[in-house]
Formats: sequence, structure tokens, C-alpha cells
Amino acid sequence: MGAQIRVYKRRIKTVTATKKITKAMEMIAASRIVKAQRQVAASSPYADELTRAVTAVATGSNTKHPLTTEAENPTRAAVLLVTSDRGLAGGYSSNAIKAADRLTERLRAEGKEVDSYIVGRKGLAYYGFRERTVAQSWTGFSDSPSYADAKAVATPLIESVLTDSAEGGVDELYIVFTEFVSMMTQSPVDRRLLPLAISDKAAGGEGDLSKSQALALYEFEPSAEGVLDALLPRYVESRIYNALLQAAASEHAARRRAMKSATDNAEDLIKSLTRLANAARQADITQEISEIVGGASALADANAGSD
Amino acid sequence: MAEIHVEVVAADRSIWSGEAAMVIARTMSGDIGIMPSHEPVLGVLQSGPVTVRTSDGGTVVVAVHGGFLSFADNKLSVLAEIAELAEEIDVARAERALERSKAEADAGAERRAEVRLAAATGAH
Repeated sequence: MGAQIRVYKRRIKTVTATKKITKAMEMIAASRIVKAQRQVAASSPYADELTRAVTAVATGSNTKHPLTTEAENPTRAAVLLVTSDRGLAGGYSSNAIKAADRLTERLRAEGKEVDSYIVGRKGLAYYGFRERTVAQSWTGFSDSPSYADAKAVATPLIESVLTDSAEGGVDELYIVFTEFVSMMTQSPVDRRLLPLAISDKAAGGEGDLSKSQALALYEFEPSAEGVLDALLPRYVESRIYNALLQAAASEHAARRRAMKSATDNAEDLIKSLTRLANAARQADITQEISEIVGGASALADANAGSD
Repeated sequence: MAEIHVEVVAADRSIWSGEAAMVIARTMSGDIGIMPSHEPVLGVLQSGPVTVRTSDGGTVVVAVHGGFLSFADNKLSVLAEIAELAEEIDVARAERALERSKAEADAGAERRAEVRLAAATGAH
């Protein structure tokens, strides 16, 4: 076998091995999207009920709460960025990071200081490499977040919103995550979580429902303040939980797409390498034949000369 | 007879839903019993068992850890960060958790384990 064919054969073998891996990753990601979507669906009754309750309290009482009051002159903001722990998901993490950068620029232009909070190893690595300060970060659950994870993320954020901005707290809380639009489309979005605006409260997708429900005059146990105190942090947690779940679904969808195109590319590569290997084999055979024919005719010429 | 439509939802799943004649839960200011045509109420719940008397005479007990209930138009929603149906609770495991939390003097975990046990054993 010619040296050329051997090189081609070896490359075909390595590309085939890579293709097997990407194909397996594609299928794993595809099965996890379904699971992640189911989790998003399972968490929505809680989020809907919570949205309804928050709307009821906000409209049924005129209690002021630090989490709903707009600061007169906001000077500090917190941005929570949701990225993935692992790579090989195409532009998933970098798109989210870019969206966070744009938001940070905008907030800085408005004269606010920005604290960065990060979920996911990829975002943390990006900030670490650029030596930017990260207020706090969480890793290890980006592909299947639990409610406890969301709670762990939300607690310090809520605390910092409740703290006065002069003492290191923040006035506003934003979240940047990748919204799961469909299997093919995931887009990074930024949302303001706190302070809650009345119009924001219906943003859970239950706008009409919450309007009709809000008319009921509730009695509060133990008091409107007490209920708000308990309700609002839960509401923020649930929004963060929802964002984490959507981000997880988006991550799997992005990874599936990236791995699908990797598999397709590997197939193309194998095809063209096989063509090249065939051509090289044919060239070897042709050369051998012409060598044999050449040798035979040279022998015949030599014999004819000696006769 | 009027009925209440009850939804018990935890943060990550829906636990139970159905029609009920009465629901008893423990709020921050004491136990509250809700029957059809109760006035709209929004209450913060303590960790504790929530008892639902279903309209067909049965009883459903749910162990609830933190959350609240909202009632309006004969619809009751019980929202909890963590909630478990009594029959889902593994009594042996809850007992072990209780022992452990007592040993570690973890008041929160102890309370959770106690609620679980109370819900699980009270139902049988």
C-alpha cells in the first residue's frame, strides 16, 4: 500500500472516531432538552400562582416594600449572568456574555456601578481571564438546576438589594439568560427583576388572568407587610429558577445543534477523504501496471536485441 | 354542597389538585380552616402538615415547608418551596433525618423531619 493511501486511511479513522463522539453527544443533548423542557413546564404552575398572589398583594394593599420601591437616584446595579459549565455548545455562552456586556455598558452609561454575579464556569472563566471583578459566582448545576440552586443564587442577590446602596448594596437587579424560544431558536435576553414594576408583574405570561383575579379583596395573614416580606423573595427565587431552567434547556438545544453540525462536517470530511484515498489507490494501481508493462516491454526489447 | 378547588404546588412540580370540602393549614398566626365561600385570604404558612378533606370524604395530608396559601372565588392554592404527599414520605428515612438533625442540633432540619413524620404517621 502506498504511503499516500495510508495517510488518508489514518485520517478517515480519526474522523470516524470523532464523528461517533459528536453523534453520541448530539443524541444525549437531544434527550436532555426534552427533560429540561418538562422541568420548565413543571415549574410553571408555581410561577403562575405566585405571580397571581404578588399581583393581588400589590394591588390590594398600598404597602411599600424595599423590593418594589424604585430608588430615586439608582447608583448601583447587579447583573446576574447565566452561562454554561461546559463548552461544545456553539455560541451559547459567548452570546449570553455579549448580551451581559451590552447591558453593563448601558448601565454604566447611565452612571451606575455594576456588580457582576455569574452562574456557570464558562462565564466565570471569561471574567477571570479579563481580570474583571466578580461579586459572586456559582457553578456545577447549569445543565440541571434544582430549586435549591435557584434559592442559593437568589439569597445573596435579594440581600444586596435590601442593603442600602451606600453600604455596598444595589438599587436594581438584572438577569441575563438565554431564553428558550424553540428547539431551533434560543436568544439571550436581559430582564430587570427588581425593583418590581406593576407592569412587570404580569410578565409571567398570565396577564389577563392576574387582572381578573386582582379584584378580590384579600385578607392578609398575618399582615400585608408580612405577606409581602415572605412573598417577594419567593417571587424573585421563582423568576431566577425559571431563568435557570430555560437557560439549561437552551444550553442543551445549543449543544445539540453544535454537535449536529460537527457530525455533518465529519461526514463530509469522511466522504472527501474516501474519494482522495480511492484516487490514490487507483493511482498506485495504474503506476504498478505501467511499471509491469514497461518492465515487460523492456525485457522483450532486450530479448529481441540479443537474438 | 359547595366545593373548593385546591391546587397544591411545589416549586418544581404540581403535588395535588382536586375538589375539597375543607382545608386546614398552619399560618404564621395560627391554624386556619378554609371552607367554601371563605373570604379571600392570603397567608404565609409555617412548616407543617396541610390537611385536605376531599369532597368524597377522604383525607389528603401534605407536608409543607415554607410557602403560603391564597384563597379567592372558592379556589385555593397552596404554594410551597418543598411539599410532599404523606404517602410519598419514607417514614424510616424521616426518622433517620430526625435523629441526625437532633445530633447536629440543626433546628431547621429537625423541624422539617418532624413535620414529615407528623404528616406521614397522622395519615394512617
